[in-house]
Amino acid sequence: MKHQKNPKMILAAGAAVAVAVVASITGCGKTEVAITKPAGFTPQQMADALFTVMASDRGVYTKQVVNRLQNEDQVIKASEHWKDDKALPLPAQMFRMGAEAVTAKNAGFTYSLLSLWPINKQNTPQTDVEKTGLKFVADSLGKTNYYAEETLGGKKYFTAIYADVAVSPACVKCHNNHEDSPRTDFKLNDVMGGVVVRIPTE
Amino acid sequence: MTGFLTYKWFGPDRRFLLPGRTTSGHYQIELACSACHTPWMGVKEDACYNCHAEELKAANDSHPKSKFTDPRNASRLEHIRADNCVTCHREHVPDRTHAMGVTVPDDYCFYCHQQTLKDMPSHKNFAFNSCNNAGCHNYHDNTALYTDFLLKHASEPANKDSALLPKRDLLAYLIEAGVVKKSKSLTAEQQDAPATVKSDAKILHDWAATAHAQAGVNCTGCHLVEDKATHAKNWSDKLDYTACVTCHKEETQGFLGGKHGMRLAQGLSPMTPALARLPMKPEAAHRELNCLSCHAAHDFDTRRAAVESCLACHNDEHTLAYKRSKHFALWFNEENGDAPAGSGVSCATCHLPRETVETDGVKHVLVQHNQNLNLRPSEKMIRTVCLNCHGLAFSIDALVDAALVQTNFIGQPHGHVESVDMAVQRQMEKKSKSKPTPITK
Repeated sequence: MKHQKNPKMILAAGAAVAVAVVASITGCGKTEVAITKPAGFTPQQMADALFTVMASDRGVYTKQVVNRLQNEDQVIKASEHWKDDKALPLPAQMFRMGAEAVTAKNAGFTYSLLSLWPINKQNTPQTDVEKTGLKFVADSLGKTNYYAEETLGGKKYFTAIYADVAVSPACVKCHNNHEDSPRTDFKLNDVMGGVVVRIPTE
Repeated sequence: MTGFLTYKWFGPDRRFLLPGRTTSGHYQIELACSACHTPWMGVKEDACYNCHAEELKAANDSHPKSKFTDPRNASRLEHIRADNCVTCHREHVPDRTHAMGVTVPDDYCFYCHQQTLKDMPSHKNFAFNSCNNAGCHNYHDNTALYTDFLLKHASEPANKDSALLPKRDLLAYLIEAGVVKKSKSLTAEQQDAPATVKSDAKILHDWAATAHAQAGVNCTGCHLVEDKATHAKNWSDKLDYTACVTCHKEETQGFLGGKHGMRLAQGLSPMTPALARLPMKPEAAHRELNCLSCHAAHDFDTRRAAVESCLACHNDEHTLAYKRSKHFALWFNEENGDAPAGSGVSCATCHLPRETVETDGVKHVLVQHNQNLNLRPSEKMIRTVCLNCHGLAFSIDALVDAALVQTNFIGQPHGHVESVDMAVQRQMEKKSKSKPTPITK
């Protein structure tokens, strides 16, 4: 006896296969697996952390080394030309030497110390973000940080600007008496400039 | 063609393949292509720093690469790629190479410093291309020219009352550093050359009178050379600079870094006067340069090495004028005992200056054997040489006067560089001005 093909059976089998294919492609019916995002820092968190370390280290140097030995104990001076004068590097120079060492290690991020009233005009803000940010932190009396993105030399950066505050009498005394300082009325805890931390984002 | 080029590449003379005449700084090693080039003739990233990094560090480079890799200075790089040495110091382009191997026009400072010129009224009449060639500013080394240094030395006279060089103290240093034992001074009878070596009374006599014998350095101290393959030490009569380096490390490094030893540093044959571009005495043409050229082997006389050794080869106007100069007169008097030690000025006084250095925590005075280190720009000579005897303003004036330099300083400087006067003037103006009005927030 010949078996005759049952059209209805063939149609049903085809439909079942089609459903199975679609289901496997779309994941229909699969159990959901919870995907947790990897933990990490945002650029802002990284910049804040870096600034905390920089400010603390420089604060210790300014208070416990420069202010103590130069102004209190008066056993050694701090001088811009510290090697020639056999003196202590200025806190700003200690900061900048650290920044240079970080750059030399190709750490990726860079940082600098700038001011709207710099003794050395090379430390005037250059980029638009620096100009806006330094004014912002000064106007906010150091209470608010400034964060922005900028493109420099075709590369994108997250830039954070933090108020640089006169933490010690050594700061105001030197700047107020320096012949190249455009301001001579700084007081303790004034905003004297800003620390700019730049992190590449691509 | 392929065969011809291959022959030229691997053959004894590759000058045919040079794309252009090299600078006076590099011509000696122009055939050591790999010193600067990658195998496919790109320029190595760190080619310049391999030889010049220490010099730039010591000069407290005013424009280091790190200044321009900072992203905040990216806009400056649009004007000139100052993060790369070869932007301004290109090789093989003699048609546009001028002083100090600079291959960009003299106005390169203007790219970034227009504001500086506007902010300084004292500079308003200066030519826009005179920043770096008037004796006031240098691109890399401003250690003798920065404002506070000018002010510190502003009132010095042309000739100082106390004009003496620092005293060399090599033996004392080697004893303190433990390289040499104090009580081991040797006599000729104590020589330790093997019996197979023919004894020479003159050599023994010469050696016994030297500081080597005083320091306990016997024959085997120099003549035992280690075989690279077997590491066995065998007697050798033919010594090179490697025999000296054990005790004279800094001096040897300096020698290899300068024009006398840079070929050896690149693994080339020693420099000879015949290969030099400066005028040299014909009879010295084939003398090979190594430590012994200036310091003879057994009767090394540092006084002779300071003058006569130089005059034996060099034949240019500056060298030939030396013995007519006041500097030589001072040297002559010191040699004759008519003037105090350290008051004479030899070739070495200026060109192989005495420097105070610190090695492993021990300070000592050594002779810098890189004769090129303080040559260009000439202001580099001020701190280690001129200021021992002369005031700063006078030194600047003398070094800027190229004609005076050529005659070996016979006569007085013809012009005057106003940098010290301007620094003093600016300081007085700032002190006398009333304080600026405080900026209200």
